[in-house]
Formats: sequence, structure tokens, C-alpha cells
Amino acid sequence: MNIDQLQQQYNEQRRQEKRKIFAFQFVILIGLLLLWEVTTHFRILDPLIFSSPRAVGSMFIAKISDGSLFPHIAITMFETVVGFILGTLFGTLLAISLWSSKTFADVMDPYLVVLNAMPKVAIGPIILVIFGPNMLAVLVMGVLISVIISTLVIFSAFQQVNENYVKVMQLFGASKYETFRHVILPASTPTIISTLKVNVGLSWVGVIVGEFLVSSSGLGYLIISGFQVFNFTLVFLALLIIIVLATIMYKGVEMIERKVLEKQ
Amino acid sequence: MTFLDVKNVTHHFFKEQQVATALENVNFSVGAGEFVSFLGPSGCGKSTLLSLLAGLLTPTAGEIQFAGDVEIGYMLQQDFLFPWKTIEENVALGLTLLKRENHDIVDELLEQFELAHTKKLYPPQLSGGMRQRIALARTLAVKPTLLLLDEPFSALDFRSKLSLENFVSETLKQFSTTTILVTHDISEAIAMSDKVFIFSARPGTILKSFIIPQEIRELTPFDARNAPAFQVLFQEIWEELDTDEY
Repeated sequence: MNIDQLQQQYNEQRRQEKRKIFAFQFVILIGLLLLWEVTTHFRILDPLIFSSPRAVGSMFIAKISDGSLFPHIAITMFETVVGFILGTLFGTLLAISLWSSKTFADVMDPYLVVLNAMPKVAIGPIILVIFGPNMLAVLVMGVLISVIISTLVIFSAFQQVNENYVKVMQLFGASKYETFRHVILPASTPTIISTLKVNVGLSWVGVIVGEFLVSSSGLGYLIISGFQVFNFTLVFLALLIIIVLATIMYKGVEMIERKVLEKQ
Repeated sequence: MTFLDVKNVTHHFFKEQQVATALENVNFSVGAGEFVSFLGPSGCGKSTLLSLLAGLLTPTAGEIQFAGDVEIGYMLQQDFLFPWKTIEENVALGLTLLKRENHDIVDELLEQFELAHTKKLYPPQLSGGMRQRIALARTLAVKPTLLLLDEPFSALDFRSKLSLENFVSETLKQFSTTTILVTHDISEAIAMSDKVFIFSARPGTILKSFIIPQEIRELTPFDARNAPAFQVLFQEIWEELDTDEY
């Protein structure tokens, strides 16, 4: 046996291993759907509450063909993406302002602790009253839920940058802005990106809760309206779409992360 | 010609619970183009002295006077090159910050240091010795008139350390930069300097100074270690430090 053959053998083993894992994953998915279908078909689980894959599937096709589903998906996607970008952006800006003045950071400290501890969804009704029952209220909800935690995580990343890098900058007489641009920001980029990943999840929470409250459009609205008229097929449909979209977004951010970290 | 005059410098560090005296009554002067070393135990305030000279700290008492304008170059124990910048960008850092962008200087230095091929690489791709040479290039790019070396060889393996000593010594002779080296390595201090100051343990103060004989100065740091006069001087300094419970 020569080295090339062994290498091929190794690769073949790896491929088989991967195929096996994928097969298991696929079987579990099909199994779960089957279990869901069978148990609701034979009324072991109440189909009124648990619907069924077939009912959800046919509702999906019906709602796609009459075009009534797409606007809801588009609205929720838009709100989530905007909420998540603004949440991270505001969080980063706030962290920068905390970093630029130690006094400001010390003064703000207890307020940030309180705001971070507070469950943001609890102030949903107040936001609804302030901004009115519209998309703005949903966006505010989506931003609010991620902004404080982003601020805290990014600020602590700024503080953990090796002080000797900062010393090198001081020795060249660098200004605070220059130190930030050449050292603090590039050194903290990995943390900012991983905050992005957390914020994808948080923004979905904020937006869905926002849509529950505002109750005029979006996937969160579909869930709440389906619930109110006991149409659980609609609830499951919206839920499955949210799961798929949230996963795609998360994977997207992960890809961006890999690209950025590769460059470093 | 005196380049730097340090008079009665004392420095304290203030903490809530206590006041620590890092330096006490330090007096010395350095001539233009001279290479002087400060030798002493760790924590004796040698680095504090360099921070004072670099203007990062202000002494609680005493005076530091330079003859004319001074551009300071400072080299730390480790390279602290920015891993997110290329070698070229790292070397150009000082020039960029001083708004004196001049890529000829960077190219020339890298050429001279035989590291031109690493220009587009990133610091983690280089060995420790190479990285420390790049750090020296970054420091020299702004054409400092006073170079401060804070144990720049201490983080390297012995072989890299010896070859870098030779390299630094040779380079600085060409640039004829006034240099202050801080170290706890007796051999290194003798092999590289014109003058050696012995520092006491904290609070740091100068106990004694040694002038290095011409015959050692003329040799490269590596060859200096084998000179007969070297051993004699080594013994003398060793005993001096020993009485100070080094």
C-alpha cells in the first residue's frame, strides 16, 4: 500500500462517515413528521390543537398560490433584519461612547446593569402606546431587546484589548480616535461578529413579541390570529416558517463571520 | 556633548492603600550617540524610568532635560505587532500616525533587515526573532533620536537573542542613535553598551556606573563575550550586584 492509496482510503472513510450522519439526521426528520401525521390521524393527539403535517403543507401551498403568505414573511424578515442591524449598530456606538470616556462609563454603569436585568418584553405595552400599533413599535422592540446586551459585551471586549497594543500607539503619540481605529476596533471585531450571532436570535424574539402586541401583520400576527380563532394549522405554518428563516439568517451571519475572520 | 540630562528624578505610584516609591534620586547623563544600559533586578523601576523618558509618565520630582528636539523610539519586551495588519503596515504605523507616509523608508528598512519578502505577510506567520526585528524596523522608521529598549531580547530563545543582539548593535551603529537599554542580563549589558549603570532593588537608584573598555566596544556583542576583558568586567559587576543582594 502506498501513501496515495491510504490517503484515498482515509477520504473515503470520512465521506462514508458524513453520509451516515446525514442519513440519520434525515431519518429522524422524516420519523418526526410521520409520528406527527400518524398520531394526529388516529387522534392520539388532538388534530384541532396539533394540526398535522399534511394540513400545514396544503395550507402552505394554498397561501403561497393566493399570495397571502408572502407579505407577512417579507414584513417579518424586514423587521428582523433591520432590528438586528440597528441593535448591533446602536450597541457598538454606545460601547464606543462608554470607551471614549471613563467618567461616562462609570456614571452609566448602574443604569446599564438595571436595563440589562430588566426583561425587555415587559415594556412592550408601553412601547405600543408610545409608538402606536405599527411597524415602528415592532422595530423598537426588536432593537431594544438586543441593544443593551450588545453594548455590554462589546464594551467589555474593548476593555480587554491587550494594553501593550495601546501602549505602542501612545508611544507614537496617537490620538484616542487613532487608537480606536487602528487597535481597539480591529482587535474587537471577532467579538462584535459573535454578538451579531446572538443578536439574530434576540431580534426574532423582539420582533415576534412586537407582532403579537401590534397584531396587524407579520408571522407573529399569524400565530396570534391563528390562536384566537383556534386555527392551529396556521400557527404551526407560521412557526415552521420562522424556524426555517431564523436558521438561514443564523447560517448567513456565520458565513460572514468566517469570511471576516479568514481575512484577519 | 550631553544629549540627555536626568537630575534628581524620583517617582511614586499612588494607590488607595499605599504609596510605592519606584525611583529615588536618579541622576545620570547620556552623550549623543552613546549606548548605555541599566542593569538591575526585576521590579527595580527600570521600566518606570523608560516610561518617564518616553513621556508616558511625569516624575513626581526632579527634571529630565533633552538637548533640543527629541523623537523617541521605544521597543518593548515583546514585539506587539498588530496581528490584523500586514508587516508592511506594521512597520509604517508610526509614519502613518505622524502623517509622514513614506513607503520608501519602509521598503528600505525591510530590504536592509533582509525581510522584504515578508512585506505582505501577517505577524503570526513569522518567527519570534523575525517579529522582533520587524518591531525594531517599526521603531526606527520614524527616525528616533533616542531609542529606548525595554528588555527587547528577553522573550527570545538564546540563539535568536544572540543574533538579534548583533543585528541591533550593528544597525544602531549605522544610524548612530543614542540608545538606552534596560536589562537584567549582565552579559548583554556589557556586550552591547558603552556605559553600564547598576540599579538597586526598589526603590531604584543608581549604585554604580561602569565604563566599558574600548577593546570590548569594538567587537560585535557575540565576539565581545569571548574577549578576556569581558570576563574581568563580568566578575566585577557580578560582585557589585551580589552585595546588593541581587
